[in-house]
Amino acid sequence: MEYRTKFGSLDSHDRGRVEPIDDDPRRYAFSNLFEVAASSKPYEKVAVAKNLQYAIEAIRAEGTSQWRVADHDETALVMDGEVTVELLDLADPNAVASGTEGSIGLDGDPKGTPMGHAVAGRGHMVLLPAHRAYRFAAEKPSVILLQTIQGRDTVERWATICQTMI
Amino acid sequence: MATKIATRETDERFGYQSFSIGEFTFSRDEYFAYIHWPTGQHVMSVDAFLRALQRDVAWDFFYGIVNFDNVLGTMNHYGKVDLFAGRFNEAYRKAELDHQETFVTEQIRPLFKSMLSDWTNEGFDPFASPAETGTAFGSKHGNNDEAVTRRRVTAERMVAVPGDEALRTDDNGHPINRQFADVAQDEPELHPAPGYENEVCGFNLFAYLSRSQVTWNPSVVAVCKESLYCPTTEEYILPIMHGNDRVEWFIQLSDEITWDVEDRETGAKRAKVVMRAGDVAAMPADIRHQGYSPKRSMLLVWENASGDIPEMIAQGKIPTVPVTF
Repeated sequence: MEYRTKFGSLDSHDRGRVEPIDDDPRRYAFSNLFEVAASSKPYEKVAVAKNLQYAIEAIRAEGTSQWRVADHDETALVMDGEVTVELLDLADPNAVASGTEGSIGLDGDPKGTPMGHAVAGRGHMVLLPAHRAYRFAAEKPSVILLQTIQGRDTVERWATICQTMI
Repeated sequence: MATKIATRETDERFGYQSFSIGEFTFSRDEYFAYIHWPTGQHVMSVDAFLRALQRDVAWDFFYGIVNFDNVLGTMNHYGKVDLFAGRFNEAYRKAELDHQETFVTEQIRPLFKSMLSDWTNEGFDPFASPAETGTAFGSKHGNNDEAVTRRRVTAERMVAVPGDEALRTDDNGHPINRQFADVAQDEPELHPAPGYENEVCGFNLFAYLSRSQVTWNPSVVAVCKESLYCPTTEEYILPIMHGNDRVEWFIQLSDEITWDVEDRETGAKRAKVVMRAGDVAAMPADIRHQGYSPKRSMLLVWENASGDIPEMIAQGKIPTVPVTF
């Protein structure tokens, strides 16, 4: 028998659902990351999962992002499309303060040494090392799932993205 | 806390050892596992028992509660473990037939490992899907220690980072699973500048998962402090009902899983959650859940591994749900 593995994409996703028996569906914060990315602005960092300070963000990659840096490792998992990840060894070792949660945006083109880049397609995960600046570029709309800590630029709009009724 | 030392003896009819710890005893015959405690007894099909036992052992009692079924299970206190019968079953509790004993982990862990080793016959792999393994039944014949003692993947930063967990390949014993034969095996293009070879890192997570030999076995592939990405491949039924002691998140990476969600304390039905590729859902900290995956699927389980969370929830300092809106 030949099996077909079904992945989702911006153009093709079939959302499931919570079927409550004796519960409120909002407790499950049920959403679909492709739906979220489809209605997001480029590089808007929309939380689709949150566990105390930690977050997973769905990001619509389209065009080139600003440079960002975090005080901790993050990972970027490409769920649809193709994304180039550039890394930069920042000249300023204090670009992000110790203990900062989540990433911060950097103005313009920060000074530093280019570290190289990765070109990631669907299913590819790229490490965004702590204290290294990164930026994304995508020619066509793509989707990134970012493992991070909730930061100043994390967007929360649970009532909009989650199932609220039966 | 129970301190009675675990003992064992061999049944001459079927060749299996029997085990006891505290006032619980465990024995098996060709088809069934039998559990006795002072106020009752329980029987499980031995294949289901071994699949549940395998997870409990491999995950070192996991986060919260590992219900083998709606009667038997363990609750992890991270250093101590409750072994219970009927503790999370309303009927047993009302009838006062439930029983629970607490053991230090170092006491119950070796007993469970010994039972798993002795009761698993040659050819049966409790981690494999039912379609990919032999039978658990019959009199004792051989063992499958290689399968039941698999090392669990626990990346420190991310799979494929130099010095961290390695990629899966044909050469290291990880062929592509029959149900993921169509999953692309390309890897990201990495173009590190000289001197940055150890920092420009990436891998194909979907290809990595397509080569998993096991089912329903979350393993750590990426870490952000206490945020652990624990993807897993799922086929058939989760062999346990996982009772949460913290919020847990699921992100369906491929295909479809249906979850049965019950009240953690009583087992009363709460909801069904149907998840398809791209769906994201939280499992609140006051439920238990069991999944059904008709085709082998990829699921990203996301955990906050902080050891403070169970106590904070028990004291009401943080809610049982991740967000309110």
